Amino acid sequence: MTSTAFPPPDAAVLARREAIWADLARLLPFGGLITSEAERRAFETDALVAYRQMPLAVALPSSTEEVAAVLAYCNREGVKVVPRGAGTSLAGGAIPQEDAVVVGLSRMSRVLAIDYANRTARVEAGITNLAISDAVGAGGFFYAPDPSSQLACTIAGNIAMNSGGAHCLKYGVTTNNLLGLRVVLMDGSVVDIGGDHLDSPGYDWLGLFTGSEGQLGVVTEATVRILPRAEGARPLLIGFASSEIAGACVTAIISAGIIPVALEFMDGPAIRICEDFARAGYPVEAEAMLIVEVEGSEAEIADELARIEAIARRFDPLVLRVSQSPDESAAIWKGRKSAFGAMGRIADYLCMDGTIPTGQLSLVLTSIADICAQNGVGVANIFHAGDGNLHPLILYDASKPGDLERAEQAGAEILKLCVDVGGCLTGEHGVGIEKRDLMTYQYARADLVQQMRVRAVFDPRWLLNPAKVFPLEGRLTQES
Amino acid sequence: MENASVVTPASEAEVADIIRQAQESGTPLAISGRGSKAGIGRPVAAGLRVSSLALSGVTLYEPSEMVIAAHAGTPLSVLEAHLAASGQRLTFEPPNPAALFGNDGEQTVGGIVAANWSGPRRIQAGACRDSLIGVRFVNGLGETVKSGGRVMKNVTGLDLVKVLAGSWGTLGFLTEATFKVAPIPEAEATLALVGLDDRRAVEALTSAMGSPYEVSGAAHVPGGWNGGSADPALTLMRLEGSAFSVRQRVGALAGHLAGFGGHSVLENEDSRLVWAGVRDCAPLAHPDTQAIWRLSTAPTRGPAVVADIARQRAVRHFYDWSGGLVWLATSTEGDAGAAAIRGVVDTVGGHATLVRATLSVRTEVAVFHPQIGALAQAAADLKHAFDPAGILEPGRMGV
Repeated sequence: MTSTAFPPPDAAVLARREAIWADLARLLPFGGLITSEAERRAFETDALVAYRQMPLAVALPSSTEEVAAVLAYCNREGVKVVPRGAGTSLAGGAIPQEDAVVVGLSRMSRVLAIDYANRTARVEAGITNLAISDAVGAGGFFYAPDPSSQLACTIAGNIAMNSGGAHCLKYGVTTNNLLGLRVVLMDGSVVDIGGDHLDSPGYDWLGLFTGSEGQLGVVTEATVRILPRAEGARPLLIGFASSEIAGACVTAIISAGIIPVALEFMDGPAIRICEDFARAGYPVEAEAMLIVEVEGSEAEIADELARIEAIARRFDPLVLRVSQSPDESAAIWKGRKSAFGAMGRIADYLCMDGTIPTGQLSLVLTSIADICAQNGVGVANIFHAGDGNLHPLILYDASKPGDLERAEQAGAEILKLCVDVGGCLTGEHGVGIEKRDLMTYQYARADLVQQMRVRAVFDPRWLLNPAKVFPLEGRLTQES
Repeated sequence: MENASVVTPASEAEVADIIRQAQESGTPLAISGRGSKAGIGRPVAAGLRVSSLALSGVTLYEPSEMVIAAHAGTPLSVLEAHLAASGQRLTFEPPNPAALFGNDGEQTVGGIVAANWSGPRRIQAGACRDSLIGVRFVNGLGETVKSGGRVMKNVTGLDLVKVLAGSWGTLGFLTEATFKVAPIPEAEATLALVGLDDRRAVEALTSAMGSPYEVSGAAHVPGGWNGGSADPALTLMRLEGSAFSVRQRVGALAGHLAGFGGHSVLENEDSRLVWAGVRDCAPLAHPDTQAIWRLSTAPTRGPAVVADIARQRAVRHFYDWSGGLVWLATSTEGDAGAAAIRGVVDTVGGHATLVRATLSVRTEVAVFHPQIGALAQAAADLKHAFDPAGILEPGRMGV
């Protein structure tokens, strides 16, 4: 029904299914292995729900040692492994395959140590993103990267995809906020990378594993950098008559040397859909809206907002409203962060994730509108304006024959456009299966071969999350 | 390496030709820019030195997108002048190697990437690898490879950008690097506490880093700037931002640290000068006959690490990164302190790099903290994945 292919399952593994179940059950505590069809079905997809594959089995280990035992066994037996955090990947990064064991980290969600003086927290990798901030909130700290799914998504998944969020203009993405990892390699060996200090001796393993989409190992623990909360933060809403004007305003703010902590953009359709859902007080008459957030003391916030307001006034805003209370600020962010959920109420959608040089914004928005019109699908645009990371939501009707294919076609054309203007296929969601077959559009053969040689250092037999990231054709094997 | 003949390719294609030929003939290659940090790492027995100096120039600069790209041989001073003309800068504050190595201080864009060369602002703004968003390089097979690009959010494929940063030429000849950059703040100021001992100083620094006042530098220089016992110890904390914001935060931070005694404030140029000294290891650079080590550990463990080492060997020291970066100077006698220093660091967690030592010491002593177990094997395999013939700076990092 859909266009992305999975590799054919290993018939020998499928034939040994019951023996594999029995072996795995001996490696895990009671209840740590899921084999019944009904329970396995809960793991057949992630947030890219258009694709579904039943896994061979689902292992839910409670410790690094159990993860190591499962991987060592699968390595020995030639059984594929698909790591899974919360299954919130929009790119299909956690979608299993019929001949693979899902290793889910949901039972490894403890905070292991908090060190305020050194500004670190050590956690099991199945903990949710928001739970880290909650755990250190009492000490006045937080964990900075904040993907919209932060209530559900795990730090393991964030590390796999090098996730960003609305505030990475100031605080960076996941790779900039990690100090150490405990990783189980495919052969079952456990390695510690980094620690609670800065930088590593030798090669930057931390940088390599972050964003590797579960292909190099299974991360079971992480030491993250925590930051002191700002004294205060306040968002400013600015509505404009067109996306072009909003884009020009973004450029003017950054050119003035102001780096707000967040700089978010929504177009007219996105504003109206989110407002309908969240009642955040968004200007429904506007065709574009910016959420600009600044941080600091009361006096600093007032000073910086005044400077931003002065710039924005030059662009004839329809609405310019500074949040007047914590409740209002929360409502403004709720509207933005629930955008995907709000969209899901009115239509099925594919969430794109390309990044473009911000100077290309007007051109790209116009082209996105054209592409979607030509393919007969709707679109709403939401993105991180400061860094050029776009999230066009392509709206379709799953019950309408051919509509998903039209949406996928429009999505592929949009991502190619991002590459054409100097950007990339994915800014924070990852390649997964969704963008796998577009990789040859962004990278030359030599670029991909070098990446695959590096991948082979850790998984020469393509056992770890093997259906993802690299096109199925032209893969390096041990023989080549 | 000093005696190897030198080639200076004028294009990426020429680099690729040279490396392909070297791979066929099995000729080990040294890679250099200005050679300002050639004294770091295990000596390499190279048959040929390949210079990046003819690959020079800024290739892309978009101030409104906060991105700059340059060929690897571009002098850092040229890149920084480009940025400064639009009121921007690299955020990771690459140290100037002049004081440590007795050269003219000029270094190349490729050199700072190969060394992942980061200064005091690393604690707030990240290392060189955090600002680096794209690279082009030629691997040990003579293949030209690109990774990353010109946008600051990019998770498309494996992040080879990070792997190239700090790889000291052992994985590829870097030809172009792209960085995200930031505006130069309107103002800066440094709050200085005087006369604290190491432990108390690191308490002050970590307390400051745990405050919401956005400290962008946190250092402690015991025994004064020139190591003279007559000079008082200085505990330094830097704030940057709009003039209004800096004024506000200096007052707030001083209040926050009132329990640590009196303070003074260094404004703008004075602040810049003192941080250039911290960045460049000025307090320990002389005499130049001593070995220099750079230790990374958790900030609160810094003073204990120094005390444990000092029980075994005479050292001078100061702290950056709120106590987590310990710079040490010691004699080059024996192993220049390697066993004592690494023994202590291994016990508490962290790593130690021998930044400056004579050729004979560097031949005998592992310059980079040795990796053990599966990661040691992975390092050798990673090297092989980029450079199967082992011709690029062989042995410089120990692999």
